[in-house]
Amino acid sequence: MSVEVRVPTILRTYTAGEKVVAADGASLEAVIQDLDVNYPGIADRLLDESGLRRFVNVYLNDEDVRFLDGLKTPIADADSITILPAVAGG
Amino acid sequence: MLVIRRSLVDAMVTHARADHPDEACGVIAGPDGSDRPERFVPMVNSARSPTFYEFDSGDLLRLYRDMDDRDEVPVVIYHSHTATEAYPSRTDVSYASEPAAHYVLISTRETGTEDGPYELRSYRIVDGAVTEEEVRFLAG
Repeated sequence: MSVEVRVPTILRTYTAGEKVVAADGASLEAVIQDLDVNYPGIADRLLDESGLRRFVNVYLNDEDVRFLDGLKTPIADADSITILPAVAGG
Repeated sequence: MLVIRRSLVDAMVTHARADHPDEACGVIAGPDGSDRPERFVPMVNSARSPTFYEFDSGDLLRLYRDMDDRDEVPVVIYHSHTATEAYPSRTDVSYASEPAAHYVLISTRETGTEDGPYELRSYRIVDGAVTEEEVRFLAG
C-alpha cells in the first residue's frame, strides 16, 4: 500500500526538508517502520515503548488514529497520513 | 523580535481574560516566510484546565490544513498562565515543536477576567532552549 505522509516542520530534518513523502505498509505501524528505513530516526520521534507518543497526533485522512485502531489501523492504497505534534503545554 | 499590531495583542488579552481561570490558547497565522502575524485564530483549550492547555486534535488538523491552503505558518503560538508569571513552564518547553514560531505568554494572575495591567512576553523555544525576545507594537 503506497501512501503519502505529511511531515511536520520539526521532523523535516529527517526528510531532507520534504513536506510530503511516500511510504508503504498495510498498517500504520508498518508505514512508520517503512518511513524509518528511508528516514532513519524518525520512528523514535513518533513512538515510545507504549506505542504512539502522547503528544504526537497522527491522522489517517481526516481521523485521529487514536479514534481508529492506533498503530494497528489498516492502511489502504491512496490513503493520506498526516503527522502533527500536539500544540500543548502548561 | 516580535513585531505585532496592537489589535492582535488586544485580541489575545481579551481571549485570555475570557477564559480565566482556565488557560486560553491559539495562534496568529501569517504568510509563510514573512514572520508577520496577521490572522487571529483562537483555539479551544481541550484540557479546560488552569494549569494545562492542548489544542483539540481535530481542530489542530483543520487549522494546519487551513494554513497550508493559504500558504501560512503559525507565526505566533499563544497561551495564558492564570496563576503564574508569563514565562514558559517546563511542559511548555518540552512540547514546543515550532522552532520558527514566537511563543507568546500572557499572565492574567493579577487581574483575572477584569481589565487592568497584564503581563505579555514573547519567546523562541528551540531544542529545549528558551530565549526571550523584544516585542514591538504597531498601531492598528
